Amino acid sequence: MAQNVGRNKQVDSLFHLVDANERANFPGVAAEQVITDGDSYAKTIAKRFFKNKVAVVSLAVFVTMILVAIFATQIAPYPRDSSVGLFRAAPYDNFFLGTDDTGRDVLSRLIHGTQVSMTVGICSVAIYVVIGTVLGLVSGYFGGFIDAVIMRITEAFMSFPFFLVILTLVSLLGSGIWVVTIVLGLLSWPPLCRLVRGQVLTLKEQDFVLAAEATGYSTPGILFIHILPNVLSPILVNATFGIATAILTEASLSFLGVGVNPPRPSWGNILSQAQSIRVLTAEPWRWVPAGILIFIAVLSINFIGEGLREAIEGENKG
Amino acid sequence: MVAEVKEKKPIVEITGFKQYFNEGKKTEVRAVNDVSFTIYEGETFGLVGESGSGKSTTGRALIKLGDFTDGQILYKGQDIAKIHGRKKLLDFRKSMQMIFQDPYASLNPRITVKDIVGGALKVHGLYKNNKERTERVYELLEAVGLSKEFANRYPKEFSGGQCQRVGIARALAVEPDFIIADEAISALDVSIQAQVVNLLKELKEENNLTYLFIAHDLSMVKYISDRIGVMNSGRMLEVAHADELYLAPLHPYTESLLSAIPTPDPENERNRVRTEYDPKYHQYEDMHKVSLHEIAPDHYIYCHENEIEVYRKKRERLLREGQKYA
Repeated sequence: MAQNVGRNKQVDSLFHLVDANERANFPGVAAEQVITDGDSYAKTIAKRFFKNKVAVVSLAVFVTMILVAIFATQIAPYPRDSSVGLFRAAPYDNFFLGTDDTGRDVLSRLIHGTQVSMTVGICSVAIYVVIGTVLGLVSGYFGGFIDAVIMRITEAFMSFPFFLVILTLVSLLGSGIWVVTIVLGLLSWPPLCRLVRGQVLTLKEQDFVLAAEATGYSTPGILFIHILPNVLSPILVNATFGIATAILTEASLSFLGVGVNPPRPSWGNILSQAQSIRVLTAEPWRWVPAGILIFIAVLSINFIGEGLREAIEGENKG
Repeated sequence: MVAEVKEKKPIVEITGFKQYFNEGKKTEVRAVNDVSFTIYEGETFGLVGESGSGKSTTGRALIKLGDFTDGQILYKGQDIAKIHGRKKLLDFRKSMQMIFQDPYASLNPRITVKDIVGGALKVHGLYKNNKERTERVYELLEAVGLSKEFANRYPKEFSGGQCQRVGIARALAVEPDFIIADEAISALDVSIQAQVVNLLKELKEENNLTYLFIAHDLSMVKYISDRIGVMNSGRMLEVAHADELYLAPLHPYTESLLSAIPTPDPENERNRVRTEYDPKYHQYEDMHKVSLHEIAPDHYIYCHENEIEVYRKKRERLLREGQKYA
């Protein structure tokens, strides 16, 4: 049976160009569907991704967090900044996670804090993906002097002590959610730029790039229509991990008091209340949930990234 | 076999073409060293030679993929080195297209067939709206023997022969006058090779094309070409009409190539002796007297002035003996 199928395939490869009527003359060949329904690249990756249970659950968690961030005002039981209950109270009545030292509902503040984390995470990654991708494409494709200049700039950026530079910039520019987002976006592109450049270096030697040039595509056309789709998957994986890193960095900055300004809540500045020994030891409801949320967010995003990476690598193996 | 070209009008004139890589460095490679030939409108010019003989390099320079070291390439009387600016370049690209060797590598794996073929139309602004463009893509696919259901598929879903047809459709999309087929059939099965070569021949008749057919398979080249140029280590050694070349291969390298063609007769095949070509015997001392010399009408040999007579006699002898490789 297996042999038979093999032979049919062989026959097909010989006659696949003969039109259907003629093919009907070859018994066994006509019956076989020569053309199988093909999936697009994205669909194949998605299918493989959705087989990974951990990744799917993580994706669900991440999507939920984004929804919570968008509808924070509607979901939160209390306004985020007003004193609505007892001071420093452990969970009671409708205050499921207790209240802080000015009587604000911790749960409501956490829900609003999601907004900060998601905004910083997604927007800063959006900024650095654009910068890193464009510079990487240009650097890899043109090579020579342009490449040397861009690579030296990249190395200069990478050799800064990242966190210190952010601290300095944020304290110079003043803190705030958009300052943190933009500074993170402007500083995080070098690794992605190198990644894209490396991919472009191998891709540009391939015939399809020459073919695009011979067809008449302009240089931007070659870069964005022909090369970019081939580097999208590693960019996507890098960006996913980038969101997790950005969320962590924002939390750290806020913890140190240079990130998002109170009274606006962020997971990091809620957590920073644990800097006081009393809160750390006697009032765990004020900081443990924020810590857990950061942990879950970063973990789930990393699982998504890992799932994507596996789905894409499976593609390369297959 | 030879299509008589009534009025020989040159479409491509290459003179003194040189392509050196890593020039001036220790690693300098003289990929093409002083090559001149002319391709006439409406003919198929076959360019043969072993790997590294510079035939693909010549093809790539001709279609302006990168700069070349020295020499002049005229396309329709225009110096291609002087084509600057987006509009002029587009006009040139519209007139000359290329079919690549590796059918898979020359198609972008992330783009559907429709966009690969339609991309050429879009770039040249040939059809303004999407619907007309899609219609044209279907037409082109049908012209190369592919069903239009293939349009929304990706290259990896096709066989090598089908991919090569997509490559041909892409080259045809802009209705060029001149097509370079760079080893266009080398990567294909023998059965598919014949199909693709026949397709190329049909398309040539239908669209009045001129081909530069680069290959190393001499049997296929003979079948498709009107004239053939033989290259080795960056030089053009012999140029002649296809029939003439197979009847009277004058240069020892050409002979060696022809003797390597397998014959379908097993008895003959077992006893066949391949003529070896040793380039050592072709080192000339006074290089200024060495160039392409016309031995007979339209039959050129790369040789020393003193050798012309020897080759003329050899040609007469071979023509008397007749049909060795033809």
